[in-house]
Amino acid sequence: MAERSFRNPYPDYDVLAKWQSPSWNAQTRDVVAKRLDDVPPRRFLTETQFATLGAVCDRVMPQPERDDADKVPIAPFIDARLHDNRTSGTRYLPLPAMRECWQRGLDAIEAEAQHRFHRAYAALDPAEQDLILHAMNKGETEAPAWGPHLPAQKFMRHELLQTIVEVYYAHPAAWSEVGFGGPASPRGYVRLQPNRHDSWEGEERDTTLVREAAYK
Amino acid sequence: MTAALDTPRATDGRAPDVFSHDDWIPMRQYREDESVDFVIVGTGAGGATLAAKLAEGGFSVVAMDAGAFYRPLADFASDETAQNKLYWLQERISGGDDPVEFGSNNSGRAVGGSTVHFQMVVLRWRPEWFATRSKLGYGRDWPIDWREMWHYYDEAEEALKVSGPMTYPWGPPRGRYPYREHEVNAAGLVLAKGAEALGVAWAPTPLATLSAPRGKAPPCVYRGFCKSGCSTNAKQSALNTWIPRAIAAGAEIRDLATVGQIETGADGLASGVVYHRDGEWRRQRARNVVVAGYAVETPRLLLHSACAKHPDGLANSSGLVGRYFMVHSNHAVWGVMQDEIRWYKGPPSMAVCEHWNYEDKGKDFHGGYAFMSQGPLPIDHAKSLVSETGMFGMELRQRMALYNHMAGLKIVGESDARADNRIELSDEVDALGIPLARATYAWSDNDKRLYSHSLRFMRQMLEAAGASDMTETSSTAHLMGGCRMGTNPSDSVTDADGRTWDIPNLWICDGSLFPTSGGVNPSLTIYALACRIGDRIVAMGKRGEL
Repeated sequence: MAERSFRNPYPDYDVLAKWQSPSWNAQTRDVVAKRLDDVPPRRFLTETQFATLGAVCDRVMPQPERDDADKVPIAPFIDARLHDNRTSGTRYLPLPAMRECWQRGLDAIEAEAQHRFHRAYAALDPAEQDLILHAMNKGETEAPAWGPHLPAQKFMRHELLQTIVEVYYAHPAAWSEVGFGGPASPRGYVRLQPNRHDSWEGEERDTTLVREAAYK
Repeated sequence: MTAALDTPRATDGRAPDVFSHDDWIPMRQYREDESVDFVIVGTGAGGATLAAKLAEGGFSVVAMDAGAFYRPLADFASDETAQNKLYWLQERISGGDDPVEFGSNNSGRAVGGSTVHFQMVVLRWRPEWFATRSKLGYGRDWPIDWREMWHYYDEAEEALKVSGPMTYPWGPPRGRYPYREHEVNAAGLVLAKGAEALGVAWAPTPLATLSAPRGKAPPCVYRGFCKSGCSTNAKQSALNTWIPRAIAAGAEIRDLATVGQIETGADGLASGVVYHRDGEWRRQRARNVVVAGYAVETPRLLLHSACAKHPDGLANSSGLVGRYFMVHSNHAVWGVMQDEIRWYKGPPSMAVCEHWNYEDKGKDFHGGYAFMSQGPLPIDHAKSLVSETGMFGMELRQRMALYNHMAGLKIVGESDARADNRIELSDEVDALGIPLARATYAWSDNDKRLYSHSLRFMRQMLEAAGASDMTETSSTAHLMGGCRMGTNPSDSVTDADGRTWDIPNLWICDGSLFPTSGGVNPSLTIYALACRIGDRIVAMGKRGEL
């Protein structure tokens, strides 16, 4: 399946260009530098679970326009979070505690792939991988691995998708592509009115999708 | 230093100077084996305010918080993820027909509590809400007259130097806000345009962030990271208002101090607390204990402090500790504007409409709701999008690229107080051996009619303002109830002063006291309640009634 390409409204905007500007204080540079430089190694999930997660991340946040080296890494940060047991504050019943939830959830995705296609999830075509994600989203999974304490839709929406977007939109490349101002301290903003922006904000170059939205 | 702190800072006779990068202020300290007048559990809008009021009233006060004592200028990054350290992320089990999201949504873990990450919306309650049963025919009356609460709103707004409009369109006339209103950002002007098109009033939101300098705190620079903690001190949180006041008046703050149990003596009275700090369990003696841990932790601590004399938990002879737990409905409509909005600039909610809080006609529900303009940062926005729609793939990435053209309206919707919505202890324990809280929540039919009405109205308004391609999300905000106050020991946990009916030297001072939820953000009302409780306790002390 040919991947639709990403249409970037801010092609010449890069929040990292502000690294040395008054928009970035020292403590912000520290945390972002660590995020960019120290991609954590796999420590918690099994190899298979990690491969499944990597494949899921590729479907949830496809990055076809980027070389492998430039892709925003997602799965390693999720593994790190599980390794450190950094919980979100909420465990929705009937899901099990966070770590077990992810282990069993990723195993169930793999089981669903084997059940439907007799192949590993990571080895499926993108269309097949999407089919499973859509089934989870609708609560229409078939593999017995899901079971009453692991409703696929809850796992998908409350854990899987939320955590993936949390990691992706913590990356400067993601801030740039949505035109977000990014770090802003000590310097904030002056121009708050519609259609106005400060010189240190990104310039929108492509409004095709905005204009299309007017007819939706 | 941006990592979460893991060793206490407020020790050796000093506390962090929150207005500095690395400086200290002197702090009085109390011995653990001598009873202090008051030990306060929690330093948010309730606990910090009360600590200042009681210390200024001449009492010896130790206030403890499970969270760290931050210096915003040095410790707060401009980063959603790094600032997760401000939230209460320890697991709470959430069930029922409409389970509540905790964590970043509503629970803080820091000296200053949730006010360190709150979005600074400080609205007064409509007078009739303090007596909804008598005046509006639903819910339950508060044991306090609205005029008294409005008097304490004055005090709280002054303490926070609230920036607000010259005239507020709803409710009885009020004095001017201490500081002038902020310029409304583009996201707020969308609400304004819609309101004007539909013929309802709107106002610049009264906000607890400075519009002019105050002492060592500068005015707001509209950086927009309010929910991730204010790194300039423009936000007037408990951390940089009431906490320094409390310390200056002789209170001791103990950071990273998790209270595990309230102890009671042979007479059944509270005698102090057992708390965990710096790797060990310790004990602080006290003549009075105040619980100010917010609507989950307060009932959790009372229930977990059960003992032979109080087998069902402290202050629970009515069986109501943990019951009538409430949240606000927080439903929203989002749309795409042809204008560039860039809602990341400025506080998230700079314009407000309280029309449906004050208009009683034309409703198929009781209660009311306010709604405000929105400005979620990218992670927050993406999370609400995927949890509601399950959207993923290039569709999601491309939708997110409309970020700077998005506008949203979101309610703070009143919800019914229901006995079955409650906080209990689960069978599982946390790392300190304390049982996890389990919350059960479900909307009432009236709650559903209320938020459905709001979604229809906000959709019309956004459309009138020029939005297209609209989506809706459902969520909750704020925590209230669980230890409601009242006039009768059989159907409430405390009296109007937060004094528990069962144990006269055990008090509650936080949002868990709310008998009803109102249709606005609760923080200003918690501040006002704490100001009142402080004055009442000082007066009782003078009369020898403690």
